[in-house]
Amino acid sequence: MTTITMRVNGKDVSAPAEGNTLLVNFLREDLKLTGTHVGCDTSQCGACVVHVNGVAVKSCTMFAEDAAGAEVSTIEGMANADGSLGTIQQAFQDYHGLQCGFCTPGMVMIAADLLRSNPTPSEQEIRDHLEGNICRCTGYHNIVKAIQAASGQDVSAVAAE
Amino acid sequence: MPKDSGIGASSKRREDLRFLTGNGKYTDDVNVAGQSHAVFVRSDLAHGRIESIDVTEAEAAPGVLKVFTAKDFEGVGGVPCGWCVTDKHGEPMQEPKHPVLAEGKVRHVGDPYAVVVAETLDQARNAAELIDADITELPAVVNMKDALKDGATKVHDDLTSNLCYDWGFVEENKGAVDEAIRNAHHVTTLELVNNRLIANPMEPRVAVGEYDPWKDEHTLWTTSQNPHVIRLLMGAFVLGIPEHKLRVIAPDVGGGFGTKIFHYAEEAFCTFAAKALKRPVKWTCTRSEAFMSDAHGRDHVSKIELAMDESGKFLALRTDTYANMGAYLSTFAPSVPTWLHGTLMAGNYITPLIYVNVKAVFTNTVPVDAYRGAGRPEATYQLERVVDKAAREMGIDPVELRRRNFINKDQFPYDTPVAVTYDTGDYHATMDKLLEISDRDGFAARKAESAARGKLRGYGVAHYIEACGIAPSNLVGQLGARAGLYESATVRVNATGSISVMTGSHSHGQGHETSFAQVVADMLGIPEEQIDIIHGDTARTPMGMGTYGSRSIAVGGSAMVRATEKIIAKAKKIASHLMEASESDVEFANGQFTVAGTDKSVAWGDVCLAAYVPHNYPLEDIEPGLEETSFYDPANFTYPSGGYCCEVEVDPDTGKVDVVAFSAADDFGNVINPMIVEGQVHGGVAQGIGQAVLENCVYDENGQLLTGSYMDYAMPRAYDVPMFTVDHSCQTPCTHNPLGVKGCGEAGAIGSPPAIVNAVLDALNDFGIDHIDMPLSPQRVWAAMQDAKSGA
Repeated sequence: MTTITMRVNGKDVSAPAEGNTLLVNFLREDLKLTGTHVGCDTSQCGACVVHVNGVAVKSCTMFAEDAAGAEVSTIEGMANADGSLGTIQQAFQDYHGLQCGFCTPGMVMIAADLLRSNPTPSEQEIRDHLEGNICRCTGYHNIVKAIQAASGQDVSAVAAE
Repeated sequence: MPKDSGIGASSKRREDLRFLTGNGKYTDDVNVAGQSHAVFVRSDLAHGRIESIDVTEAEAAPGVLKVFTAKDFEGVGGVPCGWCVTDKHGEPMQEPKHPVLAEGKVRHVGDPYAVVVAETLDQARNAAELIDADITELPAVVNMKDALKDGATKVHDDLTSNLCYDWGFVEENKGAVDEAIRNAHHVTTLELVNNRLIANPMEPRVAVGEYDPWKDEHTLWTTSQNPHVIRLLMGAFVLGIPEHKLRVIAPDVGGGFGTKIFHYAEEAFCTFAAKALKRPVKWTCTRSEAFMSDAHGRDHVSKIELAMDESGKFLALRTDTYANMGAYLSTFAPSVPTWLHGTLMAGNYITPLIYVNVKAVFTNTVPVDAYRGAGRPEATYQLERVVDKAAREMGIDPVELRRRNFINKDQFPYDTPVAVTYDTGDYHATMDKLLEISDRDGFAARKAESAARGKLRGYGVAHYIEACGIAPSNLVGQLGARAGLYESATVRVNATGSISVMTGSHSHGQGHETSFAQVVADMLGIPEEQIDIIHGDTARTPMGMGTYGSRSIAVGGSAMVRATEKIIAKAKKIASHLMEASESDVEFANGQFTVAGTDKSVAWGDVCLAAYVPHNYPLEDIEPGLEETSFYDPANFTYPSGGYCCEVEVDPDTGKVDVVAFSAADDFGNVINPMIVEGQVHGGVAQGIGQAVLENCVYDENGQLLTGSYMDYAMPRAYDVPMFTVDHSCQTPCTHNPLGVKGCGEAGAIGSPPAIVNAVLDALNDFGIDHIDMPLSPQRVWAAMQDAKSGA
């Protein structure tokens, strides 16, 4: 058991953890940040996506100790400073981009990752970037719309209706 | 002009705020002080005799509290089945015991035979490796027809065979159906498989059990669509805990799609072990475990025959289905291929004679139960595929053949020959809308454009009926249900006029907290924000039957309407006292009570305050307080219907199918929140695309599960589906519930698979291929093209 220190959502945190502790379990169990979810055990579903040093990472696929000293962002850090929803979060609500909410943290984090590198993605670019994130509820339609809206694009051009 | 609040408004979902900020509270987020962790040890054999289980070493491992096996559950009941089907001879189905932990034999890969409970999850996992189980492998039965052969290995030694039941419906019609088919001008026959699926809600199942010895109270947190049903089944049938000592909480639940209806052994285990160990016990399912322990869906093998006259008029329909039950009977499994399937075989059509035979079969596979649509997708798939094939054989346009046989809108209410009465519908209208929104007229040009790119384009339609809003309790009781199927609501008006609504429905993605509040707000003329919806906790809500079968708004919503009507009636009495007017003169609108023809008025909040501070109050006539409960038992099912259209492109070199366009024209009756309704259709259609093109649960001949993770089981991803065109403007309101609603949760998964397969076969029309079984993987489509080319 070693003490692992990292900066999560702008705050320095540290907790003791075994060497085989996954980052997702460190976040959920040691830091009590339960917004990041575990939907599978084969790195396929993307419910656990967080950002480590500005890069989207499946936190079930990284040891906590490998994130020692890193800047980590999770869904809990995505709202505005006044507590209101951030742009991507607001677009997900406005365009009904979530239903049960379980995949949603990963979807918001992967959307932020996409928009950072590609501020105005096409529908196909969005769908391709969501390859590693499974949603069982929405059929992706409204997630795609929400991400396009969050990027400031005209959503009526995306939507079929 | 769209409304901005109340019924018909696309109100934004209030639950999104917690989900979007990481503040949802799902069951795995529940941690109880002092909790221990359970790991289930599951069979890696499909069928085996348990010779011995040595837990000595495991129990001695660090942190282990106890290792449980079947011997710890002597005197404990089995996991019960909630529906008894009567076979065609009037005999009850064969019903094996489903022990909490395997007794004597393991019967499917994933069947649990031991559980380790330890201080930490890692300790429990490590100790599980130390259990020494001596299990002798037995031959497994996997294929249903093989399982019914004489001398086949029996899944349950104490049953006479692997046949659960042989059901005939309507048995008295069989002779007439056989004769009509024998004498018909033309009979179209189709044999098909409705592929086995795994529901895969993104949140795996979780159970946390806690016991308070000083109050003798059990609490179970669980990922359930219906906490009261779990309390009833587990308390009364498995563990013998009276309801007042058992609280079941299903907090935020991450999707269900049917698979979280059922009572599972893990729930009973955690509840039982928490008392036995005097420690809270938590179990979190891994996804790999979910593949071999969540109830699966579909898995029917059917032959359907449709008899027609010269003009294509349907004369008779006969279907024979083998339905896989798996190794044990899951909660509602027997009802799915029978009452949720046979009763829908009329579809949208006038077919005077129908006979449905279903043989339900035990195999060494995971139990099969309801998955989104539950029986109705299987019925619709058979019917809408055979109609398309019939159209091709008769040389009639498939849309035209459907129209010739549609029940017309002036024929409702319509009694089908399969025991149900459709209240309303207008199938020509939804078909017209479908052709418009799918731009059928423009298809030829799109096909030519695809051809220029070397792709084969196809256009396929399907028109579905479903039965939602399950169901009149006296009817389902006659059909074998061991429960009533009403729903409950308590409307609690607080002293300052805000409202807490306690519902027996459960939201696990459907947005009830928003749409239910819209209904009550609309009735009372007060802001939606003043109303909270409380669900998912047996200690906080009246006994209710939960959410499945697209029943929440039709049954749960109706209970809420009835309770709110009682509130309004009592509030009017109070208002009439406050305004010194006759009760019959009091009117209520927009949150104001007024007296007709006067300027007297009293606001909603003043009436509420008077009810709780009854200083000036007619105490001699009415009690203080403003809280009402209603239990609503529906008079009939509801019957949503609609037309679905799919366009595909098939790559002739690889067989890959791309779904390039999808349109849905649904009749859901009245709609409470259009945004939420459209989202339900999107999700259902994506699951239908999954079934038709991608998903398949595969066992090998030894009963090994070959699709045991997302590496092997193809879930639809964002690039597998197109944007959807959905329309719900055709509305024939339900005539027997107060909201005129029909339900929308399953339609997408019901109507889409046949539309997709019909589209692919249309694309392959030049090959003369009339059937490919789902999923239409590149390999299957390519092989079908090669066979057609070689004349095989």
